[in-house]
Amino acid sequence: MSAIALPPYALAMGMMIDRMDQGSPVIAMDYSPRATGRPGFFHGGVIGGVLEMAGFAALSAEIARQGSDMRIRPINISTEYLRSGLPERLYARGEVVRAGRRVANVRIEAWQSDRDRPVASCWMNFQLSPRKV
Amino acid sequence: MDQSETPENAFERISCEDRFDPAKWGARMNFGGHSGFIGMRYRDHGPMWIELEFDWREDLVGEVETGVLASGPIISLLDNATSMSVWTRTGQFRPQVTLDLRIDYTRAAVPGKTIVARAECYQVRRSMAFVRGIAHDGDPDDPVAHAAGIFMLVDAEGWTK
Repeated sequence: MSAIALPPYALAMGMMIDRMDQGSPVIAMDYSPRATGRPGFFHGGVIGGVLEMAGFAALSAEIARQGSDMRIRPINISTEYLRSGLPERLYARGEVVRAGRRVANVRIEAWQSDRDRPVASCWMNFQLSPRKV
Repeated sequence: MDQSETPENAFERISCEDRFDPAKWGARMNFGGHSGFIGMRYRDHGPMWIELEFDWREDLVGEVETGVLASGPIISLLDNATSMSVWTRTGQFRPQVTLDLRIDYTRAAVPGKTIVARAECYQVRRSMAFVRGIAHDGDPDDPVAHAAGIFMLVDAEGWTK
């Protein structure tokens, strides 16, 4: 179903759509040298990048469900880093809290082997605008 | 450059240094890891601030139609710059982790332009450091992003693996 195309940055980092979970795509990414921050751990910016991609994907899926085609741009992100990102697969999934006509609010969580022990969580605001033809 | 140097031993040796040298640390960012992949470079620093940068690249794009950079690399740049601003201010390397980082994307970065982050640590306490910064693509008065965050100082043991 999901026609969500991941952008070059996401593909370069090895992100993929793992599955759909209650309407939101779950983004997965394996640990790699290019994802490493301090030796042996995920870089915080990479975790942020995965959270953002999950937020974008969740919102894209929601907008597609509403039958509209809007351009989505991030306004801001606020991330809490809860645990160190270990050298194993990282997942993230967003939950659209509200998608209005101009702005959408999304909450996103990232986790690793245990879904109940999140590595990071964030909220994001997105600006929605009609796609120029 | 010493080819035998790995990110691991670069970290070990820099941890033992008495003074934190931003330029030296910056030069080591390109050995590998995520900062190496992004192509982050040290640019400049003062007593209270530090600047890092990276060049626009096709594989860092977030929106194919426009060529605008993904925000992920900008988060990474601001994370590194604000982190290093703590050690720049205190003059000493201390292991720390990002507790919280907020970024406002004030406008889209112009495709093809180098992104510069300028960060400062405005308060240090025993266990926490408070930071802020901007990212711009040429004009610091017209930033592409604004960041505010907190780093938590942690024990050296287990900080790296």
